[in-house]
Amino acid sequence: MMSNFIMIDALEIFQTIKDAKEKDGFTFLLDITCIDNLHKKYPASTRFELVYILRHSEFKETKIFKVAVVDEEVGVESISSLFDSADWAEREVYDQYGINFENHKMLKRLLNHMEFEGHPLRKDYEITKGQYCTTSQDMMDEMKPLLKDRELDMQKDDLMIVNLGPSHPASHGTIRTLAALDGEKIVAAASEVGYLHRGFEKSCENHNYNQIIPYTDRLNYCSALMNNIAFAKTVEEMMDITLPDRGIFIRVILAELSRVIDHLVCLAAGLLDMGGQTNYWYLFNPRNDAYDFLSKLTGARLTNSYMRIGGMTHDLYDGWQSDLEDVLTKIDFGITESLKMITHNRIYNDRIQDISPVSSKQAISYGFTGPNLRASGVAYDLRFAKPHYYYDTFDFDMVVGSVGDTYDRMMVRFEEMNESMKIIKQAVKRMPSGDINVNDRRITMPKKSCVYGGIEDMMNQFMLVTDGVKVPEGEHYGAFEAANGELGFYIVSDGSGTPYKVKVRPPSFYHMSAYPKIIENYQVADAIMTLGSLNIIAGEMDR
Amino acid sequence: MDLSNTHMLDDAVVTTKIDAVVNWGREASLWPFVFGTACCAIEFMATAASRYDISRFGAEVLRFSPRHADLLVVAGTVSYKQAPILKQIYDQMPEPKWVIAVGACASTGGFYDNYTTLQGIDEIVPVDVYVAGCPPRPEAILDAVLDIQRQLKREESFEVRNTEFKGKLDDV
Ligand code: SF4
Repeated sequence: MMSNFIMIDALEIFQTIKDAKEKDGFTFLLDITCIDNLHKKYPASTRFELVYILRHSEFKETKIFKVAVVDEEVGVESISSLFDSADWAEREVYDQYGINFENHKMLKRLLNHMEFEGHPLRKDYEITKGQYCTTSQDMMDEMKPLLKDRELDMQKDDLMIVNLGPSHPASHGTIRTLAALDGEKIVAAASEVGYLHRGFEKSCENHNYNQIIPYTDRLNYCSALMNNIAFAKTVEEMMDITLPDRGIFIRVILAELSRVIDHLVCLAAGLLDMGGQTNYWYLFNPRNDAYDFLSKLTGARLTNSYMRIGGMTHDLYDGWQSDLEDVLTKIDFGITESLKMITHNRIYNDRIQDISPVSSKQAISYGFTGPNLRASGVAYDLRFAKPHYYYDTFDFDMVVGSVGDTYDRMMVRFEEMNESMKIIKQAVKRMPSGDINVNDRRITMPKKSCVYGGIEDMMNQFMLVTDGVKVPEGEHYGAFEAANGELGFYIVSDGSGTPYKVKVRPPSFYHMSAYPKIIENYQVADAIMTLGSLNIIAGEMDR
Repeated sequence: MDLSNTHMLDDAVVTTKIDAVVNWGREASLWPFVFGTACCAIEFMATAASRYDISRFGAEVLRFSPRHADLLVVAGTVSYKQAPILKQIYDQMPEPKWVIAVGACASTGGFYDNYTTLQGIDEIVPVDVYVAGCPPRPEAILDAVLDIQRQLKREESFEVRNTEFKGKLDDV
């Protein structure tokens, strides 16, 4: 089943999207991307097509608009005045494809460095053509208009410019923020990303579907399995296949376990930034136990690559239940001990309550999803809004915050871990027996014993390895409730075993785009905590 | 005391080379600067946490200022955009300094053979130990620290290392 889209004229884009937002209630802009039709077998009318993905305020419906771009230098009108999330999304399209957006306030490169020439995701840009970068930009071109808007002056108001990152202990290695300070207070800030841009999308266009699985591991490397599942599920949707029940239950268990360990890292690191080192031991060590379980199951601690299109590499091992139970007990212990130290701790509460609150309206405009959106009081979770994988039959609650401050964002994560563990326990009890993989030799590998024993299976294996899984022609947007929010894949298939285009809708990217705005009027020390609570994972943000 | 009778000093004085003493001190007090950018940095977090406990080898004093550190641990993918920053950090570290490239990405670019990823940090800074793996297990990272310790024991303690090295971003 492919997604449907609505073609609109380039001149009407602004009005159409405005109407969709204001009249039809499509208040949530999920993503903007572009397709370069240069190598299409049946060329489209224009070389570039823009794709806008919107979601209804009830979160049930998704609308995809497509626009044929006649001249990329003229481009189309920017919709950044309608949605805050469009700001960076359009900048990325400009950077990667060179499409102009009229009336965009700051249309400059986002992921690639400033000395970069050309637009790497165009089909005629060679994948291995790297370009050295010699210096970093000073970012004053972004800071100056910000100060002007706020009627501030560096000299008169005695401001100081401070650069945080990218190599800063609290910026997780890859995020740079330039802040103008009045005393300790941040009066204006601008962020730069792209330091971990690793060309995921270009690599996808050069690998077949199963070869992409290891790349997806490294999007959100704190919950690698979940990305595997999200990607495999999207491709399976395109092929109209569903896994046997046992496969689905294994996926549910592993996805929820990934959610737990993702939140564990976020909280451990966040509390460490605040000086709570003991919490780090309590929260990080059970994660190590989860790694032991995962490495026993998949062979790898962190980057598991366990999923395949149409299933997974192998079944669970004997005795997995007791191992998993043991892991859950340890995680539970870690959470309990950590909470004991912070729940009534004045330092903890005072430092993060009422810091950088994001209202529900703002959160939607920024494109927040996942725990960060729920912290702002919006009850949206794909597991409830669009239940897949039997999520509607499990007994668990959605955790929703109230004001959306740093405190809410952290506490929502604490609670979500408990809910996820509830799901895991139920899924273990209900685990059916039977096959784990789709039984179709065009999709999943035959047994090794058969490959060596029979010509037919050998041919199947050969074809699957050389050509890959063939996905019918079409375009599809598939979304999954990942640990950090809605992880979506927009895949364009030309019918071969290699995707024509893959675009990730990364939750962290949109969280990060809001970051410089929400830290304003708070202190530098608060900004560090806010960054930790948003859980920015550079791998999926920069791809 | 009759100094002509030298064997009387045997218990009190150890004669040795200055290099041996200095290196003995350095060996067990490496101060790492963790240039962690990606997945490998998460495994470094595990290395520093209590199960693998890097402090058993005297390298737990993680510094976040390059001027305080003598061991640069590059854990993660380094993109072309990140490269000048890595170089600046390396340059700011005082001599003597050692570099570990953790993981496939830092060593060779890993499976990111594309337009944005630096194909190995040794294009920019000299590397002493490469650690294989994607990501390497914490044991492998510890092994690299031990390797550095073994290496530095054989070095002259006051020599400036890697004077010959010329990276792609030098003199630009
Ligand atoms: S070597 Fe592998 S695990 Fe390490 S940063 Fe590169 S992709 Fe990530």
